[in-house]
Amino acid sequence: MATAAHHHDEHPTGISRWLFSTNHKDIGTLYLLFSLLMFFVGGVMALVIRSELFQPGLQITNPHFFNQMTTMHALVMIFGAVMPAFVGLANWQLPLMIGAPDMALPRLNNWSFWILPFAFALLLSTLFLQGAGGAPATGWTMYPPLSIQGGIGVDLAIFSIHMMGISSVLGAINVIATILNMRAPGMTLLKMPMFAWTWLITAFLLLLAMPVLAGAVTMVLTDRHFGTSFFDAAGGGDPVLFQHVFWFFGHPEVYIMILPAFGIISQVIPTFARKPLFGYHSMVYATASIAFLSTVVWAHHMFTVGMPLAGELFFMYATMLIAVPTGVKIFNWIATMWRGAMTFETPMLFAIAFVFLFTIGGLSGLMVAVAPADFQYHDTYFVVAHFHYVLVTGAVVAIFAGAYYWLPKWTGHMYNEKLGKWHFWLTMIGMNLTFFPMHFLGLAGMPRRIPDYALQFTDFNQWATIGAFIFGFSQLLFAYLVIQTIRGGKKADSRVWEGAEGLEWTLPSPPPYHSFTTAPVVK
Amino acid sequence: MRFVRSRSRRGLWSRLIAAVGPALLPGLAAADYKLNLPPPVTRIGSEILKLHNIIMIICAVIFVIVFGLMLYSIVMHRKSRGVKPAAFHDNAKLEVLWTVIPFLILVGIAIPSTATLIEMTDTAKSDMTIKITGYQWRWQYDYPDHGVNFFSSLSTPREQIEGKADKGENYLLEVDNPMVVPVGKKVRLLITANDVIHAWWVPEIGLKKDAIPGFLTDAWMTIDKPGVYRGQCAELCGKDHGFMPIVVNAVTPEEFDKWVVAQKQQAAAAAASADKTWTMEELMARGKQVYQTCAACHGANGEGVGPFPKLAGSKIATGPVDAHIDIVLNGKPGTAMQAFGAQLNDADIAAVVTFERNSFGNKTGDLVQPAQVKAARK
Repeated sequence: MATAAHHHDEHPTGISRWLFSTNHKDIGTLYLLFSLLMFFVGGVMALVIRSELFQPGLQITNPHFFNQMTTMHALVMIFGAVMPAFVGLANWQLPLMIGAPDMALPRLNNWSFWILPFAFALLLSTLFLQGAGGAPATGWTMYPPLSIQGGIGVDLAIFSIHMMGISSVLGAINVIATILNMRAPGMTLLKMPMFAWTWLITAFLLLLAMPVLAGAVTMVLTDRHFGTSFFDAAGGGDPVLFQHVFWFFGHPEVYIMILPAFGIISQVIPTFARKPLFGYHSMVYATASIAFLSTVVWAHHMFTVGMPLAGELFFMYATMLIAVPTGVKIFNWIATMWRGAMTFETPMLFAIAFVFLFTIGGLSGLMVAVAPADFQYHDTYFVVAHFHYVLVTGAVVAIFAGAYYWLPKWTGHMYNEKLGKWHFWLTMIGMNLTFFPMHFLGLAGMPRRIPDYALQFTDFNQWATIGAFIFGFSQLLFAYLVIQTIRGGKKADSRVWEGAEGLEWTLPSPPPYHSFTTAPVVK
Repeated sequence: MRFVRSRSRRGLWSRLIAAVGPALLPGLAAADYKLNLPPPVTRIGSEILKLHNIIMIICAVIFVIVFGLMLYSIVMHRKSRGVKPAAFHDNAKLEVLWTVIPFLILVGIAIPSTATLIEMTDTAKSDMTIKITGYQWRWQYDYPDHGVNFFSSLSTPREQIEGKADKGENYLLEVDNPMVVPVGKKVRLLITANDVIHAWWVPEIGLKKDAIPGFLTDAWMTIDKPGVYRGQCAELCGKDHGFMPIVVNAVTPEEFDKWVVAQKQQAAAAAASADKTWTMEELMARGKQVYQTCAACHGANGEGVGPFPKLAGSKIATGPVDAHIDIVLNGKPGTAMQAFGAQLNDADIAAVVTFERNSFGNKTGDLVQPAQVKAARK
């Protein structure tokens, strides 16, 4: 046994350590660094958009390039930044948290990561094909017939979406296999940490949703090149069919990007409140019901397409119902803080900000769920504000919370707390200044995805642009802080945080190459 | 030394504020901030506004209560105050309560929402019908009950968009031919599109509906107050999505009848003008106007925009006249070049083809008469 362990310890070094890695920590690191890189790439695109929108008139882009930016910003942020960040966190944390030596399917793990750089090289290469129409300019939703009109960029984007889909599905299979098979003895499903629970449910959502997206974009591809007319009324098809199929993927996708965030927050808040998570069981059931409901609400993205009344009513009621389990989660987090003994290190600051700001996005989500009112909100900046509140001040903030929370565990060094707090406050000021005024813009009547606007929208757009630059540039602090922490700093002990509970804190920081070579026993 | 340094630092800040402040502050202070939906001019619009306000208030109350509690906890239950953490982690009564109460609130919201939604979808018993068709990138309004049919395009000059001229009051929200409707009448709208999906939206009317090629969606509106109401296409429809505004001119029924008569006279005059022989000057002047439509893709000076081809020295614009007329009439399948035959009359097409063949350095000297276009239509 000892010799076998030694043999495994001779892992490759240099570039082959990363290229051929089957180690959950190395692959987790790759995912996280890739996600950070894409966060900056997508962020630059957002700044191009915000610069153009700083004042009325066309200044730095033409409308076609502007549409490419909005499309690519969304694709890069969703598939390149947020999703890989969660997979990276899962890779690092799941084996540590459930007491396993590694992920269940290490070679698959390697493959699912290494598809991603190629997928994004392909997607981003379309930006350099400006002579042939450039990047897809259809919005990330790629509604036909607009996506039928586009140039070769649309084809390459479809192919890259296929690759991202394969990567996600493989990652999901790995998570399910790991959680169901490799838990430490004694760790029943209902003793698992919340992060493992939310990821298990997310993985099933991924398996359900990603193939549907692949199907939808494949039909666009065959409509474009192989004479089918799935989405062309002239050939007996229906453009709205695409929207149904797309959002059958798209709405679970929204929860794919928020359930793991719920998991992270459910780990962080108890630690810094020094008190166990309130209502663990109801948290699990709430997560599962959110996941179930997310599969039957898709057409609330399409209230204006002219559905029959019965359809509108069903999707309105079902969507409103999601507020119930989501509310349960928020209340549970606050009850966890209640009568705790809180301290406010950077991860806790981000976690509290998440609860606060995600709720703003949740409440505006309730508003857009109300179908008659949605006829006013739909496709305006109100919706842009809503989904940035759940995705940026929600998912991204939770990722930051997780990153600060576990960074000392991963690197063995404490990060610079002062710098972390600077990052936190600048991010808060920047993101709220960016996204909050968008609510007002939408209500006043500014449609989304426009490169130029009427004069009455000028002031709030200027606020948003200033906020976006503060938000964007303060992320450089985060990159600097991560590099600084990797290179050195105060030694972190195995527990790291005074109130931390769970198997990952029983291992030294950083943990050994094969996390748990002997399975721990959970009482 | 320290004193001097800190002064110079303050100097830097005040200089920065002095430089940036005036640029921002007057705008921020003088701005007329619009914080809510615009004042509605239809009953449905008012009902939506009422719903919106009710939900806003509910959300705000929930927000204040929930985060009041959280804030209290953050202030009181902190380690630095020397508190000992409690150990509770369950409370069945509380958990049932905060599942049931939100559910009841939702039911409370759902009831008025359902009522409004049912009313919105009831297009029966309308007084008149208007068919709206979305094109890349303009709207067509067809009044089948009145025999009126016209296109409505952005009328903001390109110089304003490109920053070469001061922007007017209704920048990007003005059109050449507004839709005209009588107040107090229930107008049924049949909405469709010619190419890609658009959405017809006027916030003050409280009406937004997708325009889907190959399908008809329907909606209705009864405008209570005469006035000019402005909106925009709400569904991304390609390059000039941001440049296809909607202007609805709501007038009294008498004014509406007068407008219908005037429209018919105009149409008759246009039909007559197609039969006469035009001079080069007339064609060039008219063509320059019509070309505004083409300039969106082919550039104000025929230089092309991004992937869209230039006309200056192009094969089409300097080659055989028939091929040129053909591509304008019938479009080029599989590209954004659409068939303008249905959108422009013979005189317009003759004029724009003539214009394109004798502008941007193209010197073919060709003169195309409306009769030629009429012949090519067959």
